[in-house]
Amino acid sequence: MATTTKTLTCIVCPRGCTLTVTLDSALENPVLSVEGQGCKRGVDYATAECTHPTRVLTTTAPTVDGGVVPCKTDRAIPRELLFEAMKAVNALSAPAVVRIGDVLLENLLNTGANIVATANRGYN
Amino acid sequence: MQNYVDKTAPYTALVVIGGGPAGMAAAVAAYDNGVRDMVILERDLNAGGILRQCIHNGFGLHRFGEELTGPEYADRYHKMVVERGIAVKTGATVLDVTPSEEEGVAAYVTAISEAEGMFTLRAGAVVLAMGCRERSKGALNIAGTRPAGIYSAGTAQRFVNMEGYMPGRKVVILGSGDIGLIMARRMTLEGAEVKAVCELMPYSGGLARNITQCLDDFGIPLMLSHTVTQIHGKERLTGVTVSKVDERRRPIPGSEIYFECDTLLLSVGLIPENELTRGAHIGMDGITGGATVDQYRQTSLKGVFACGNVLHVHDLVDYVSEEAALAGSSAAAHLRGELTEGRAITLKTDGKVRYTVPQAVTVTGNTADVTVYFRPSDIYRDVTVTVREGGADGAILSKKKRIKVAPGEMETITIKAADLTATTADTLLVSIEESAKKGGNA
Amino acid sequence: MYDVTVIGAGVVGALIARRLAAYDLRICIVDKENDVARGATAANSAIVHAGFDAKEGSMKARMNVRGSRMMEQVCAELGVSYKRNGSLVVAFEHERAEVEAIYRRGVQNGVEGLRIVEKEELFEMEPNLNPELSCALYAPTGAIVCPYGLTIAAVGNAMDNGAELVLNFEVVSIEKTAEGYTLTAADGRAVETRYLINSAGVYSDEIAKMLGDESFSVHPRRGEYMLLDKECGQTTTCTIFHTPTKMGKGVLVSPTVHGNLIVGPTATDMEDKTDTATTTEGFADIRAKAGDNVAGIPYGKVITSFCGLRSVGSTGDFIIKAENNAVLLGGIESPGLSSSPAIAEYVEELLRGMGLVLTPKADYNPNRAPMDAFRHMSVAEKNEMIQKDSRYGRIICRCEEVTEGEMVAAIHANPPAYDVDAVKRRTRGGMGRCQGGFCSPEVIRILAREWGVSYDAITKNGGGSYINKGRTKVAGGNKEGN
Repeated sequence: MATTTKTLTCIVCPRGCTLTVTLDSALENPVLSVEGQGCKRGVDYATAECTHPTRVLTTTAPTVDGGVVPCKTDRAIPRELLFEAMKAVNALSAPAVVRIGDVLLENLLNTGANIVATANRGYN
Repeated sequence: MQNYVDKTAPYTALVVIGGGPAGMAAAVAAYDNGVRDMVILERDLNAGGILRQCIHNGFGLHRFGEELTGPEYADRYHKMVVERGIAVKTGATVLDVTPSEEEGVAAYVTAISEAEGMFTLRAGAVVLAMGCRERSKGALNIAGTRPAGIYSAGTAQRFVNMEGYMPGRKVVILGSGDIGLIMARRMTLEGAEVKAVCELMPYSGGLARNITQCLDDFGIPLMLSHTVTQIHGKERLTGVTVSKVDERRRPIPGSEIYFECDTLLLSVGLIPENELTRGAHIGMDGITGGATVDQYRQTSLKGVFACGNVLHVHDLVDYVSEEAALAGSSAAAHLRGELTEGRAITLKTDGKVRYTVPQAVTVTGNTADVTVYFRPSDIYRDVTVTVREGGADGAILSKKKRIKVAPGEMETITIKAADLTATTADTLLVSIEESAKKGGNA
Repeated sequence: MYDVTVIGAGVVGALIARRLAAYDLRICIVDKENDVARGATAANSAIVHAGFDAKEGSMKARMNVRGSRMMEQVCAELGVSYKRNGSLVVAFEHERAEVEAIYRRGVQNGVEGLRIVEKEELFEMEPNLNPELSCALYAPTGAIVCPYGLTIAAVGNAMDNGAELVLNFEVVSIEKTAEGYTLTAADGRAVETRYLINSAGVYSDEIAKMLGDESFSVHPRRGEYMLLDKECGQTTTCTIFHTPTKMGKGVLVSPTVHGNLIVGPTATDMEDKTDTATTTEGFADIRAKAGDNVAGIPYGKVITSFCGLRSVGSTGDFIIKAENNAVLLGGIESPGLSSSPAIAEYVEELLRGMGLVLTPKADYNPNRAPMDAFRHMSVAEKNEMIQKDSRYGRIICRCEEVTEGEMVAAIHANPPAYDVDAVKRRTRGGMGRCQGGFCSPEVIRILAREWGVSYDAITKNGGGSYINKGRTKVAGGNKEGN
């Protein structure tokens, strides 16, 4: 059975380890081994990246007073959903007064992730 | 620069200039080390500094063990400042720092604000935490017209993330610093077409993870050894000419590529904002663009400390906080009269180490281990970082092996207190030494 | 119906309007741009020439020497930065004959105080000169001025005395009427006037054609400059020219009134009257020639570079014609800035000669407060100002330390500022080392608020120079914007 190797840059933390992944695409879980990681999270990242890559989306949501408020998904969502997620966030009408952690949208695109505010806005 | 020496001005034990991550962390550390009479002067209307517009994540893994966005990270520190009751004057721009000859006063700090007008404080100690600014397009001297549509990446970041406006729809980015990479993704997510990121150097100045998640994820090409050589458009930018550069970074005739675009974002370097520092005639490091400091982050002006991006440009805010805590606790020690004079050891670098912070170590009876931060001048592989007494032939006080070092990522090496106390050398050489088995330079 | 309409709000048109505003007249100034001082006035050497350059007996010589004498007072009245720093025309030994010829011409033109200085004295005066130089012509009456500052102040002062300014008025046709002229703009607006001044700079030949005068033409000559950081402003004290020879004119190196160092210009004849692009060749040319004057200019400290188009007339001299109740000004290239007060004085005489009645205005005020008044106040005066208007305590431009109060005042003073560059020219906000990186979002917000328009309606310098292209998103999902 032919195996392939793939080089990835780990994005879990700013250290950015270079990971070498050995893959067998015929398998249900194609990752045979991972090398180069500085910590265990690198293995999880490489596995996810080679099967179903995910990303945390950080963006802004429109507020009812005509401004924007920074927000993010509270967990990583499938990478291929980033643009669809942007559409959903851009269609929101967030309140003018928002605190960090306020949920602006629950269960974004049925991913189980919520959109939460990442900045305080409109209060002192 | 006008100097505002006012011996009748009110005394404040500690004046922190700048309410960004460095200033807040310094103030918190000073408080936790016993300082109560202090104020943070912040020119913006809110504390938080540039983090307020850095809405992407990746902050705080070291400091808080979790991944935060910029505003969240700033809020953590703001809460600590508020909990301690530390005074923050926002909308207060410092105009001048003048050294003092008065006993117990490090400097006169003069600021202006809407609430108080112009006012001067006699500061027992000062922490400089003004941050940095982006290199502007003028410094690049690109040929062509001067239309609208050319912004530094940070200005565009502010337009998009804070004001909620799009600076343009078809974008070329010059410079692959982290802000440029982050803005490539940000503009793409907001519906702009980012055509290319051009980098003059043969390697990126940004973090490897940002190449992956900001460019590769969206298929944005990174053009290494390329630069913008001509700007087109009269009222608004209509395009840029990009040229390949040779190994001496000169454009190669005939390699021109035209990109139609309405926006050029520049991410071509950060410069510490040291006008106040220079105005106070504090000793500067020509490479970092910041003050020269010892391990306490004390500048050549006793009682004046510097930390964060005003001292040298950091990759991660976590390191800014760490350095600022050191400066803040040092300021507290200074106010207690504990920062005594000592033997000065200068840190020198070889060509492969571009700079170190601190640039000197003060050795006293109670010297602790010293962590030296440094940046390599280029990418080097399979190297040993060493600290030697005197010069290249000196005894090794500290060493560590590295598989790869790169200019975009700050490195550290620690010198043990015992070695500092024991050595009689007045200079230490920090160098990157290639191992016997040579690795290729990228 | 206006009594006099001035086409073109460059320095010449501005000083004419300001001079006429002393009389009981209805005056209109039209300009095709979104602000005054946008053509050659915005991008030149910022020098008040002593007057030794122009050919003996020429209109250029006459106007230059007279204008140079008038300039200091005009600037004092208008609160404009002016400094008599003197100028030096430096020469290598083999150029001595040329420098002596310029000396004789200057004396003939009536320039005061001219003398040749020899090497020792020259290097005492200017230690940073190219050490190969051997002598120079010294003109103590040479000066530096801020040309756009002068123009803004002159238009402002004219408006304070009742003149009207109409911007974005690009004259496309002129009709002779029984009482004078009707000017029509590209957008259909019209202005009626009894007398007309054509001070349209590089477009003055096109305006002349609309009036039926095809006797001259004007072509643009590109002049590129580099401006260096204030750290370099002390490189020379005087303005340093090189002796013009058959080989070319050389470039000048000079401090500016704002404390920067300016180096340039190149001289390239052009066809396109709108092409103000800088070129790589131009930068190389400036560097090569500036080295003849001053050793070791630190080009790493360039903060901006720019290009202006000089109006080169077909006759080689200034063209100043009075006919049919119109004054036509063409080819007002260098020394146009230096000559501008004298040209204004001369135009007044020409108008009087064509029957315009000039009755002094009872309440005429020749003075205008300096635009940088706040900057130069004492701490006590500043605090008094901040007490009255707290916005004077809020710094917007941190590099040049410009407050919101100064910006708001500049936006609403005559002539009003509608775009980011207009605020910059009036207050220096955004002109410093970060080149607006930090403050432009704030300046846009202030402009949008003061004029009651949306954030993305604000331009860099009028026309289609929008800074932002619509909102990222709007609550509910509807986006708008340009």
